[in-house]
Amino acid sequence: MILKPIATVGKYLMLMGRTFARPERFRVYFKQYVNEMEQLGINSIGIVLLISFFIGAVITIQIKLNIESPWMPRFVVGYTTREIMLLEFSSSIMCLILAGKVGSNIASEIGTMRVTQQIDALEIMGVNSAGYLILPKIAALMTMIPFLVIFSIVAGIFGAFCTCWFGGVLNAEDLEYGLQYSFQEWFIWCSFIKSIFFAYIIASVSAYFGYTVEGGSIAVGKASTDSVVMSSVLILFSDLVLTQLLMG
Amino acid sequence: MIELNSIYKSFEDKDVLIDINACFENGKTNLIIGQSGSGKTVLMKSIVGLLTPEKGEILYDGRNFLSMGKKEKKSLRREMGMIFQSAALFDSLSVLENVMFPLDMFSNDTLRERTRRAQFCLDRVNLIDAQNKYPGEISGGMQKRVAIARAIALNPQYLFCDEPNSGLDPKTSLVIDELIHDITTEYNMTTIINTHDMNSVMGIGDSIIFIYQGRKEWEGNKDQVFTATNKRLNDFIFASDLLKKVKEEENQHHK
Repeated sequence: MILKPIATVGKYLMLMGRTFARPERFRVYFKQYVNEMEQLGINSIGIVLLISFFIGAVITIQIKLNIESPWMPRFVVGYTTREIMLLEFSSSIMCLILAGKVGSNIASEIGTMRVTQQIDALEIMGVNSAGYLILPKIAALMTMIPFLVIFSIVAGIFGAFCTCWFGGVLNAEDLEYGLQYSFQEWFIWCSFIKSIFFAYIIASVSAYFGYTVEGGSIAVGKASTDSVVMSSVLILFSDLVLTQLLMG
Repeated sequence: MIELNSIYKSFEDKDVLIDINACFENGKTNLIIGQSGSGKTVLMKSIVGLLTPEKGEILYDGRNFLSMGKKEKKSLRREMGMIFQSAALFDSLSVLENVMFPLDMFSNDTLRERTRRAQFCLDRVNLIDAQNKYPGEISGGMQKRVAIARAIALNPQYLFCDEPNSGLDPKTSLVIDELIHDITTEYNMTTIINTHDMNSVMGIGDSIIFIYQGRKEWEGNKDQVFTATNKRLNDFIFASDLLKKVKEEENQHHK
């Protein structure tokens, strides 16, 4: 019972060892890296903007409704919305969402390549298949994730403002004051640092599940699901550790 | 030339290959035949290094593949080309990009030279018009021909084909067989084909080994197949009524 997880961690580390081996041809890897930035990063902007916009708006409404009191300054709504978006939603929660979208995409893509012998074809050619398939994905997602975090924060704040402009939930000046109140630049960096760790987890764990698929389409589906579950668990766990380390 | 000496491979106490000895010569299409589950694919995967046999030697022109280091193996792999049962083309790349892939990875030529080489290989398999299509947009037979073009892009010394006719109609199978045979003689390659297609056996079997339950049961060529007395081989080759009649006629002709 204990041996299996240890063996899995061992296999994962061995795969990462092969992944970070020196690329055969930087030119080809770089081309792949640029493709992956589009596939994993640019193509995720839409869902990040959509979810962040609505979450930003809903958080503002919820906080306004729940903490409204004559004793509570009105700017607290903006302040709390900013802290939630900056510290947790735009890094951790958004990465959990991306684990579902990007993680399952990576696992199913590599898993399908395994069952259709495309990975064997790479190996026969003398290409380090782990390096060629996984390294550009990890590098691309780690490059793109800070930008997705920025998009998420901006969309969330825009959502919050929309509740003021169109919903009349609170005064836009109060919200703006709250958003700027006691702002610490370090929190932005914390968000970036955490998201970069999470990006590595999503890409590498999903790639591991895809790369080690054995069987057919059912195995690919299972690998896809397992990758999302495992990435999410690891993101939550590392969120706890990183938050304590960075802000504790 | 590829030599196999006493190859042994097992999976969890089940012997899959037992004491296989064989010699595959240059410029010939060497066939490995046998029923499904006889160990053909395991043998092929062992030869190309996707599986590692527990015992034995695999000699590529005298170089022992199993005792090589990682670097040597990698360098030898660049002398190999392989056509998989499923063609194994990269879905995200166009036909031309698929053929160019090994060149992009290992050739120091300029982009123009690499493109020209890839187009030459595609022309060799009569697919130059499909160069901008994607694997999903072409037929199974065309995919196999693209796989052949990709396999020969780096001028390999050794060509491996794992059931190249699987899933193809008889006419397309003949085209693929002839193409592999022509390329083998043209480039003087050592070609090993894993098949249970009798048309291939009769048509291009310059040298044939028959595997039965993990052991080499018979060795010969396409002409010797008709006169072979090995019962297991005959049961396998002449399983259909049509081929039984062909054999009877051939035997009468010999008498």
